[in-house]
Amino acid sequence: MSGRKWSERLREQRMSLLEIRNLHANVDGHEILKGINLEVNAGEVHSIMGPNGSGKSTLAQVLARRENFTVTAGEVLFNGKDLLGMKPEEAACEGLFLAFQYPVEIPGISNPYFVRSALNAIRKYRGLDEMDAMDFLPLFREKLKLLEMDEKLMNRSVNEGFSGGEKKRNEILQMAVLEPRLAVLDETDSGLDIDALRIVAAGVNTMRGPERAFIVVTHYQRLLDYIVPDFVHVLVDGRIVRSGGPELALELEEKGYGRVETEVKQSAPAA
Amino acid sequence: MVTASEYLGSYLESFADFERHAAGRGLGWLQALRRDAFARFCEVGFPTTHDEDWRFTNVSEIARTPFRLARNGAAALAASDLEQWRLAGETCLLVFVNGHFSHELSVIDNLPRGMAVGGLAENIRNGDSVLEQHMGRYLNVGRDAFCALNTAFAEDGAFVHIRRGAVIEGAIHLLFVSTGTDVPAMSHPRNLIVAEEDSQAAILEDYVSLGSGVAFCNSATELVASENAVLSHYMIEREHRQTFNISTLRIQQGRSANVASHSVLVGGALVRNNVHPVLAGEGSECLINGLFVGAGRQHIDNYMLVEHASPHCGSRQFYNGILDERAHGVFHGRIIVHKQAQKTDAKQTNRNLLLSDDAQIDTKPQLEIYADDVKCTHGATIGQIEGDALFYLRSRGIDEASARRLLLVAFASECLERMKEDGIREHIERLINDRILQMAAVSSRAMATLEEIA
Repeated sequence: MSGRKWSERLREQRMSLLEIRNLHANVDGHEILKGINLEVNAGEVHSIMGPNGSGKSTLAQVLARRENFTVTAGEVLFNGKDLLGMKPEEAACEGLFLAFQYPVEIPGISNPYFVRSALNAIRKYRGLDEMDAMDFLPLFREKLKLLEMDEKLMNRSVNEGFSGGEKKRNEILQMAVLEPRLAVLDETDSGLDIDALRIVAAGVNTMRGPERAFIVVTHYQRLLDYIVPDFVHVLVDGRIVRSGGPELALELEEKGYGRVETEVKQSAPAA
Repeated sequence: MVTASEYLGSYLESFADFERHAAGRGLGWLQALRRDAFARFCEVGFPTTHDEDWRFTNVSEIARTPFRLARNGAAALAASDLEQWRLAGETCLLVFVNGHFSHELSVIDNLPRGMAVGGLAENIRNGDSVLEQHMGRYLNVGRDAFCALNTAFAEDGAFVHIRRGAVIEGAIHLLFVSTGTDVPAMSHPRNLIVAEEDSQAAILEDYVSLGSGVAFCNSATELVASENAVLSHYMIEREHRQTFNISTLRIQQGRSANVASHSVLVGGALVRNNVHPVLAGEGSECLINGLFVGAGRQHIDNYMLVEHASPHCGSRQFYNGILDERAHGVFHGRIIVHKQAQKTDAKQTNRNLLLSDDAQIDTKPQLEIYADDVKCTHGATIGQIEGDALFYLRSRGIDEASARRLLLVAFASECLERMKEDGIREHIERLINDRILQMAAVSSRAMATLEEIA
């Protein structure tokens, strides 16, 4: 597969964080993922782009272990462990983070309490001491500032009354506190104005590093001007049809998904 | 079905015996009040499920148990036994053991000015004029057998009098303890709370158990909120699972009076809580905020009747229920808007979470509107723990049992957030957190068992 050849040269020294092999998944009897293959190493940013209905969100949620989706074939290794055998909380403790496309509101649970509970669950899993409210506050404040969020949001319930942009920033805030190994951003840019986009991207970029990897799922190229990926994969109808470097995103924007898909079909040997 | 003849004999005996010894037996008005009430009880008998107001609640177990008036068990108790129920910011603590006021166990010193508290019986004996003016004027014994029975046996309970303009900080804590008995025992605590014009106070009625044994606690409270008074009333029901607890709170509101009534029902085998505010004065407001949590085979029935009897009054009613295992919850929300009550603004919401296949809720709003310029809304929801919210928490590393627990606490906190008295609210928060921790739906033990079976 062209995607794998392209990346092999760059990856000899890097540690494999995520390996997806022939992943098939369906929901309500409908097959959405039809054989996904992907390798993500620590330090890399991969973007997955595709038209609506291609399976982008499904892939993100399957990785995060949402139960609605049934995996019918394939395997996924995360940190060398079987991801598909994990519960959502186990995957999170192992270091996987999903920034939701539509973050849910949870009235009655305060934002900081929720994030501290999550942090402590992960710390406990890693054999670290729990953080009490006093120690947590400065950490939380620091990340609020990073995401340019109002301190008043500290006292609200999770996402309650948040605008779309505030919800997306809240996802990145959580990511900043929880420090995952692999962060999957599910259309984090959708519904954001340019300012919110800039802030979110800046937040993500401060977290890029040799120990961490990102999968940025997006429909539009615009976000990738700010979060420049190492690799771009085109997902169409449940399969990755092309992979390349960051310039592939620009090519997609110019040509559109339809043309790229047609080109792939034309160049592929008879299957 | 239990017929009246099967239990009336026993009650007749109890009443005759009671009349011989009760405080105020020489007072004409009180004797008449009790006798009329007892006659009414004999006439109607305990309700059956054919009675519309008791359609979902079967009290035949109460009817067929030979209850006797509980003896005073105060001598067997020490202050340390009650420590677990004390709360921060108590202005005073009145302790009632099996319905009898105990001076020794109560803490009534350094009372702020403008208030008087004590046992009902002692104030009856002293011939308190405020007591005589109000007691029995509001509670309708024709309403149901339990109100009639309570009035027939009305002798002791709390008497709280807040004087004009007095603003009382902290909580007036009324602690009703039922102690273990070898024979089924009943008590009929009768409370009278009179708040004069422009006064403010918060009162907590707290029903707890020590020991075991079948008990029937049938309480009634008349709460008078005069013009401009601002009152918060709390009721916590946390007796053990062999208790039948029937309670009625009858509120009378004068002009511009503002009353918040909070109920937290987590104990008992069968609990029925009636809240009945009458907005008699123009511009008065009431908030009714109820939280009930049932598991095992508990039966918790919330009956609410708000009467808008004057123009420009507002009422908001919120009931949240959490039901697990085979628990059965009932909500009956009646609003009566009388003809003269123009510009009424009433809102009613009942939200319920069912955590198991066998848990059940019956919810029935009932609006009777006789005025033509009013705003009345009502709504009810019945659901389970929301899948999206649960997944969101788990995706952040929080294990399933803890995530369920968090979501239940969040659901309960909708009610807790309406409680303005910090000391009382924090106490109730701890109670609810503990209660939720115990619930099978969230225990990791239950989860582990499910996994073994799967």
